[in-house]
Amino acid sequence: MKQAERLNVYKTYKLFVGGKFPRSESGRVYEVTDSKGNWLANAPLSSRKDARDAVVAARKAFGGWSGTTAYNRGQILYRVAEMLEGRRDQFTAEVAAGEGLSKSKAAAQVDAAVDRWVWYAGWSDKVAQIAGSANPVAGPYFNLSVPEPTGVVAVLAPQESSFLGLVSVIAPVIVTGNTVVVLTSEKSPLPALSLGEVLATSDVPGGVVNILSGKVSEVAPHLAAHMDVNAIDLAGADAEESARLQVAAADNLKRVLRPSATDWTAEPGTDRLLAFLETKTVWHPIGV
Amino acid sequence: MPTVPAYSSGAAVRLAEMADVTGSDSALRRFLHGLPGVDAVGIEARAATLGTRSIKTTAKAYAIDLAISMIDLTTLEGADTPGKVRALCAKGISPDPTDATTPKVAAICVYPDMVPVAKAALGASGIKVASVATAFPSGRAGMPVKLADTAEAVAAGADEIDMVIDRGAFLSGRYLEVFEEIKAVKAACHREPGPDGTGGPAHLKVIFETGELSTYDNVRRASWLAMLAGADFIKTSTGKVAVNATPPVTLLMLEAVRDFHATTGVQVGVKPAGGIRTTKDAIKYLVMVNETLGDRWLSADWFRFGASSLLNDLLMQRHKLSTGRYSGPDYVTVD
Repeated sequence: MKQAERLNVYKTYKLFVGGKFPRSESGRVYEVTDSKGNWLANAPLSSRKDARDAVVAARKAFGGWSGTTAYNRGQILYRVAEMLEGRRDQFTAEVAAGEGLSKSKAAAQVDAAVDRWVWYAGWSDKVAQIAGSANPVAGPYFNLSVPEPTGVVAVLAPQESSFLGLVSVIAPVIVTGNTVVVLTSEKSPLPALSLGEVLATSDVPGGVVNILSGKVSEVAPHLAAHMDVNAIDLAGADAEESARLQVAAADNLKRVLRPSATDWTAEPGTDRLLAFLETKTVWHPIGV
Repeated sequence: MPTVPAYSSGAAVRLAEMADVTGSDSALRRFLHGLPGVDAVGIEARAATLGTRSIKTTAKAYAIDLAISMIDLTTLEGADTPGKVRALCAKGISPDPTDATTPKVAAICVYPDMVPVAKAALGASGIKVASVATAFPSGRAGMPVKLADTAEAVAAGADEIDMVIDRGAFLSGRYLEVFEEIKAVKAACHREPGPDGTGGPAHLKVIFETGELSTYDNVRRASWLAMLAGADFIKTSTGKVAVNATPPVTLLMLEAVRDFHATTGVQVGVKPAGGIRTTKDAIKYLVMVNETLGDRWLSADWFRFGASSLLNDLLMQRHKLSTGRYSGPDYVTVD
């Protein structure tokens, strides 16, 4: 007698909001295909209300996350890298399918992403040394400028580099104490949605990273106009959208990082780290 | 000042016909225990169903403004200072200084010693001053203390008195004692109107602390008991215990008010308090009021929200509707 074939167990990709994995509030999904148009999975199609909920979660997490010591944040982010390493094969397969890369090229992307995460984790207790200063003043005072996180940062992840690009925009935002709402690559959101599972199991408090998949044209305008979002990274927006979003973002004077042609495989530098910081300067009497 | 409770024609006669119900402890017990039992599953299901109504666009804008105008903006902390009460009063008068079309709240709810401060800060704004009394929130004090507490607040000019019932007496079945207590506090709320006709008796809101009454049947009994004793409003909770206003309990009280009105012709108000923090919750309560009692009760004279943080959420939702952008806590006050 022929043995019954095993049934396929398909994965339901879900959003990552406030440390939980909800479906889209709207109940919608869209089909994600590989580079040749074959169906890979259904991803949630986020609505403006998902964005709203994600911002609320990010705001709620901001106090705790920005209040942890830089050293502790670095450790937690390093832990994320450890977890990523353990899921290397899964991410390699998702990147290969989504971006149409060979297995070895996809693996190189994943390795680079893990290394990048480690690189940014190391910056947590060093960024104050390059972004802060002790200022000479004409009086008996210590005058110290220290960088502080901006707050809730909305990030439109790069459209083409679905994993290395994603890591390269999330890690520098959160390492300094910001919390983030990230809208994944529209075409290949799967590695980003799986990243949520990694973050959920690596001591990152719920709400620090919130991951939405969906259309830039639908969700991004609401994030850009949101009065409780302090900054927006437009890496994943095209030129036309970028202009519109910058106008929307002007209402509450958000910090805006404009999109630029970036080679995600290259050494990133500190630009993205320093883009979402505010400088606080304190005067302290000497000898008291 | 509206007349709460409102007596329809013949109400006095019908109420008098019920006098034998409260004639003795045993008669009152027979009456309260003779009230039909509450179908717990049914009332929870009904409350849940009413919570699923979709209220959008212009209806939502109307509901938000209505909810703001129904708020008893409350501060009942040991750490209350005159400054904090004054700040709260200023917020009550002008909840959103950037938008003059925002309605003012219904009342400011404070402890008795803060009544003069609130009264002075509110001036002629038309906002009422509500004062908790009778050894709030536990109600564990002797009658002379409770009456003195009430009299102090009334003398200081409180327009409304929020009293707590003696849950100990109620739960041990001494219903007549609770009844007499409410009547005595009601009498202590009396105040002669001034020469200009203002400043009549303070309205009496009776707090049951439903979280401590354990069963729905008890809530129904307490509602009838308080309304028979002359409560102008019945209120769910103090906001000081773990379980506060819930939709099923509020629905049950609304139904008791409906039945009492049908029986006696007396219209009584309802005030859920504690735990209502979001616009969505507030709108659910408004839907319940409309579906249970009708739009006669949809005004600040007959329905109130006891809340503090709810106002900020209503204001943020109001921003969203008027500007199309999501607002944030940076644009409302920190209380």
